[in-house]
Amino acid sequence: MSRVLVGVKRVIDYAVKIRVKPDHSGVVTDGVKHSMNPFCEIAVEEAVKLKEKKFIKEVVAVSCGPTQVTETIRTALAMGCDRGIHVEVSGKDYEAMGPLQIAKIFAALAKKEEASLVILGKQAIDDDCNQTGQMTAALLDWPQGTFASEVTIDGEKVKVVREIDGGLETIKISMPAVLTADLRLNTPRYATLPNIMKAKKKKIANMKPADLGVDMVSRVEVLRVDEPPTRLAGVKVETVDDLVAKLKANGTI
Amino acid sequence: MASPLIRCFSKVGRQVSRPWSVCQHGLRNRSTQPDMSAEQAAALGVSYPPLQTYSEEEGMMRDAVNKFAQERLAPFVSKMDENSLMDPEVIKSLFEQGLMGIEIDPEYGGTGSTFFSSILVIEELAKVDASVAVLCDIQNTLINTLFTKLGTAAQKERYLSRLSTDMVGSFCLSEAESGSDAFSLKTRADKHGDYYVINGSKMWISNAEQAGVFLVMANVDPSAGHRGITCFIVDRDTEGLQIGKKENKLGLRASSTCPLNLDNIKVPEKNVLGQIGHGYKYAIGMLNEGRIGIAAQMLGLAQGCFDQAVPYTRQRVQFGKRIFDFQAMQHQIAHVATQIEAARLLTYNAARLKEAGRPFIKEACMAKYFTSEVATLTTSKCIEWMGGVGFTKDYPVEKYYRDCKIGTIYEGTTNIQLSTMAKFIDKEYDH
Repeated sequence: MSRVLVGVKRVIDYAVKIRVKPDHSGVVTDGVKHSMNPFCEIAVEEAVKLKEKKFIKEVVAVSCGPTQVTETIRTALAMGCDRGIHVEVSGKDYEAMGPLQIAKIFAALAKKEEASLVILGKQAIDDDCNQTGQMTAALLDWPQGTFASEVTIDGEKVKVVREIDGGLETIKISMPAVLTADLRLNTPRYATLPNIMKAKKKKIANMKPADLGVDMVSRVEVLRVDEPPTRLAGVKVETVDDLVAKLKANGTI
Repeated sequence: MASPLIRCFSKVGRQVSRPWSVCQHGLRNRSTQPDMSAEQAAALGVSYPPLQTYSEEEGMMRDAVNKFAQERLAPFVSKMDENSLMDPEVIKSLFEQGLMGIEIDPEYGGTGSTFFSSILVIEELAKVDASVAVLCDIQNTLINTLFTKLGTAAQKERYLSRLSTDMVGSFCLSEAESGSDAFSLKTRADKHGDYYVINGSKMWISNAEQAGVFLVMANVDPSAGHRGITCFIVDRDTEGLQIGKKENKLGLRASSTCPLNLDNIKVPEKNVLGQIGHGYKYAIGMLNEGRIGIAAQMLGLAQGCFDQAVPYTRQRVQFGKRIFDFQAMQHQIAHVATQIEAARLLTYNAARLKEAGRPFIKEACMAKYFTSEVATLTTSKCIEWMGGVGFTKDYPVEKYYRDCKIGTIYEGTTNIQLSTMAKFIDKEYDH
């Protein structure tokens, strides 16, 4: 019946202390531990759950980047995805790669693989863009259920409970659709050892963006990366009048 | 169950070494170097890669167990130690993760992986709790290996699939009067037609509280001395098998250690594992491998303890600087780190030698002896570095200190290891 594409991004592990490169062109990635973006883990878990509940037949894990991303795809396979697709992007293209290029790739793949759902993490913890899912849906002209904290398939439609600033919003969208996973959607499973062994046998297909008719030219240029300023000590005041006086002296009000 | 993301969003960087519940977080990312897979090493044209090179499968397994242990097991550790009781939830999750049948064929529900993978798994578990690690170690390196190597098709069919999915096993060799002198064991098995009647008692049996099957070493012919020792498969529900009250131990408290009473128990002939009278060979052979497992346990214990203590020294400030910055501390810390590295190399090398089918007994003895000594040194020093707080039960280091002591004692005392090594060394100079 249906196939789901899940995007998995290889990012610097959440527990690593990030350091800015001396030339301020980016952060240090050499020799630093990387792992799957936590929101992507949640996306994979949701897709595998849907498959276990027999709503979908096949889960395909997709990642874009250099050879190392195959590790991330393997982890997705060990969590229960059926096969993987590695879209090779390296060098300058990889450094400049952003949500728009990824969205174009996913849109092309979604059509090629005849996917009924594309499930992504709501954002990546390295760039915090929160754009890829939305852009993918727009390029495909598909409905989108973003910030999903609950997903239910109801025939040809999907009921999505979204976490928004005001609370929870429930929407019903028709498939094919793009969903992005939020924190409370599920708790990702651990890859059991037998599944890790099984994942070795699952296939990962290789392709290039050009094969999908996607050009990787970026319209965004990173000028400079800096660490956030060190937090300065605050000042304690005794009364509200003091506070107002200090704010005035500071020029804040 | 704590989700990693909750920690992610709660200001990871500013964590001060805090009691139990939060301390475990720091253990996740100790490796400074990303590991290179064997495939990558080969691609670089390095034909003799360093010992810390893992196949992709081994690397993935280690990361999966590391994550599982830090997140799922860590919350149980303190309580299990205090109550001297392994939580059934913990054992269930070990089975679910496939950690209890690492080398068992997938045909029997196992993971179908290698010995070295088991070693890595045991090491990662021991970083969090040595008791859980020993449960996993005994199952994988002793029980599963014996069944796989010696079991008849029927025995494998009956037991291996249970051992990989829900049944814990126990290995029963030691008795009150025979520890290091294992072959002077007194438990007798008398043949009556097509069954044996076993009488005797065993002591210091790990996993006894949880085990569904016991591999009992008994002598069918005391006049033949150790050549009468035979290995029997005894199910837990066998009439006459009494599991005594567990010992109240200094360390490894969550691992049940009980005496066993065998009172006229009837064991059918088909429950003999391997050949009659060959039990002593099997015991020695398997303990040689088990030795490497214990080395991995002590290694993980030392590393886990070290990983808890060093962050504290980087945060604790006295006399205007971090205590880590005092030269005496730096020297002590570097010394301990070197010892742990050496212990790791001995352990990994012994494991690789065994996998390569090369002689490994002397190296296995060295690994077990050395890592247990290193664990003792490391845990002792870690408590000192943490000062007063290291001495309290609020922080995990004192548990590592108590747990490490058994390393020099069980599965072959240090003295036995040294004597065994000496025998090999003696032979090496025979020409």
